[in-house]
Amino acid sequence: MAMEMRLPVARKPLSERLGRDTKKHLVVPGDTITTDTGFMRGHGTYMGEEKLIASVAGSVERVNKLICVKALKTRYIGEVGDIVVGRITEVQQKRWKVETNSRLDSVLLLSSMNLPGGELRRRSAEDELAMRGFLQEGDLISGVLVQVSPSLVKRQKTHFHDLPCGASVILGNNGFIWIYPTPEHKEEEAGGFIANLEVISRLRNCIISLVTQRMMLYDTSILYCYEASLPHQIKDILKPEIMEEIVMETRQRLLEQEG
Amino acid sequence: MASVTLSEAEKVYIVHGVQEDLRVDGRGCEDYRCVEVETDVVSNTSGSARVKLGHTDILVGVKAEMGTPKLEKPNEGYLEFFVDCATPEFEGRGGDDLGTEIANTLYRIFNNKSSVDLKTLCISPREHCWVLYVDVLLLECGGNLFDAISIAVKAALFNTRIPRVRVLEDEEGSKDIELSDDPYDCIRLSVENVPCIVTLCKIGYRHVVDATLQEEACSLASLLVSVTSKGVVTCMRKVGKGSLDPESIFEMMETGKRVGKVLHASLQSVVHKEESLGPKRQKVGFLG
Repeated sequence: MAMEMRLPVARKPLSERLGRDTKKHLVVPGDTITTDTGFMRGHGTYMGEEKLIASVAGSVERVNKLICVKALKTRYIGEVGDIVVGRITEVQQKRWKVETNSRLDSVLLLSSMNLPGGELRRRSAEDELAMRGFLQEGDLISGVLVQVSPSLVKRQKTHFHDLPCGASVILGNNGFIWIYPTPEHKEEEAGGFIANLEVISRLRNCIISLVTQRMMLYDTSILYCYEASLPHQIKDILKPEIMEEIVMETRQRLLEQEG
Repeated sequence: MASVTLSEAEKVYIVHGVQEDLRVDGRGCEDYRCVEVETDVVSNTSGSARVKLGHTDILVGVKAEMGTPKLEKPNEGYLEFFVDCATPEFEGRGGDDLGTEIANTLYRIFNNKSSVDLKTLCISPREHCWVLYVDVLLLECGGNLFDAISIAVKAALFNTRIPRVRVLEDEEGSKDIELSDDPYDCIRLSVENVPCIVTLCKIGYRHVVDATLQEEACSLASLLVSVTSKGVVTCMRKVGKGSLDPESIFEMMETGKRVGKVLHASLQSVVHKEESLGPKRQKVGFLG
C-alpha cells in the first residue's frame, strides 16, 4: 500500500515558471480597462463614469477598435455545430433533460432522436413508453467521463479522436470528455481488458494534469502528455512535482512542433 | 453524503477495475490519494489544521475555554465536537444531518479513557477545567470525509497550545486563577493514542481504502474503523444499505489496522517535520 503525506507547497505563478514575459492583461470585475472612449465595448465590459469597466474576471482581448474580456471560467455557452457530451438527469413525457455544464439544463426531444433501425416516422405512444429503454437517468449518450472547464477545450474540426494507444476520446465543447476503449479492441476480451483499463486511467490522469496546469485540450496535447507520462506509474501522475514535469515536457514538444 | 449520479456503464467500469486492483486514477485498492497537511492556519484558535485529500478539503479549529467539569468526571476536562458542512451541495439545512452524523462518530471514537488524557485538562477538581471545542469545517467534499476529518482533528490537537494557569488560594478561601505572563508558556496534549478513522468501502468482491465520490456511489456498504497508532481498534461502524459478510468484516478490519498504522506513521512524521521547521516556515494557508 502507498501512503503519501506532505506539507503544502505554494504554487509559483505560471509566468515565473516559464521564465518568459507572458503577462496578459488580467482584470477582475470592476477594474478599469481604459479611459479612452473611442473603443467599442464587447462581451464582458460595460461603460460607467466615462470609462470602460470589466464585468467578468478574465483577460482583455483587443481587435482593432473592439475590446472584450474573455472570462477565465464560465459555464458552457453553446454554438451551432458544437459537439457536446451530456448526462441524462430526468426522463419526461416526450423528452430527456440533459446536464451539459451550461447555465440551464439542456433538453433532448424524442422527435430529434435517431430511432433504432434508422427509420423516419412519427413518434408513437409506444416510443414514448420505450424512452426509458433508450436513455435512463444517469446514462451517458463502457468508459470514463472527465469534467473540465469548457474554456480549456480547443475548437477543432473534429472532436472524435482515436488515439494510437488503444483508447478513443470525445472532447465535448462543454468540457465533458468521454474516454472509452477503441471499438475494434473489444474483440480481445480478458487480457486486453486490463491493458485498456491502464490506458484509460493513464489518459484520464494526463487530462487532469493538463487541466490543472491550465493547458488547452486537443488531440495532440493529450497524446504528447500521454507519451511523456509513460516512464511514470499511473498513480504518480497526479503528484504535483511529476505533474509539472510531464506538462513542461508536453509544452516543450508542442512548441517545437509549432516553430 | 453528497453523491454523483453515474450510469450503469460507468459503475461496471469502476467495479471491474477494482477487481483487477486498478482504480480509475491508477491507484491500487489500498492506496491513498496525496494528502497535504498544514497546521496553525487560523491565528485566533488554540490549534488548527487543514487537510487536503484529493478534492476533499477540511479545516479544523480547536479553541480552549474554561468551564466546569462534568458531574460524573470531576477530575477531567472534555472535548466538544461541532461539524459544519459549508459546501455548495449542502445548501441551507441539508448539511446538518451529515454534520451531526460526523460529530457523533467523533464523540464515539474519543469516548474512551486512552484517546486523550483528559486529566491534563483539569485545573481544579469539581470547579474548573479546560473544555476543548473542536470545530470541523467542510470546505470541499470529494469523498472519504471521515478519514480526512480524523487526520485533521489529530493534527489540530497536536498543534493545540493551552495556556498554563495556576490556581491561587488566598486567606479567605476564595480562589483566583492566574494566567502565566509568558504567552509561550503552554501545555500541549499528547496525541499518541488519538485514533484515526479508516473507511473501507465494499465494491464488488473487494474493498477499497480512500474512495472518491464516484467509487462511493458504486459501494453499497462501508466499514468505518477507528485505529490508533499501535493498531488497536477503538470502534467500528457500518454504513450503507447493503449487507456485509462476517468474513468480509474481518478482512476489512485487518486491512483497516494495517493501513491505519501507516497512516499514523506518515502523519507523525509530517507534523513533526513541520514543527521542526520552526516559526520561520513559510505558511501557505489559503492563498497558496
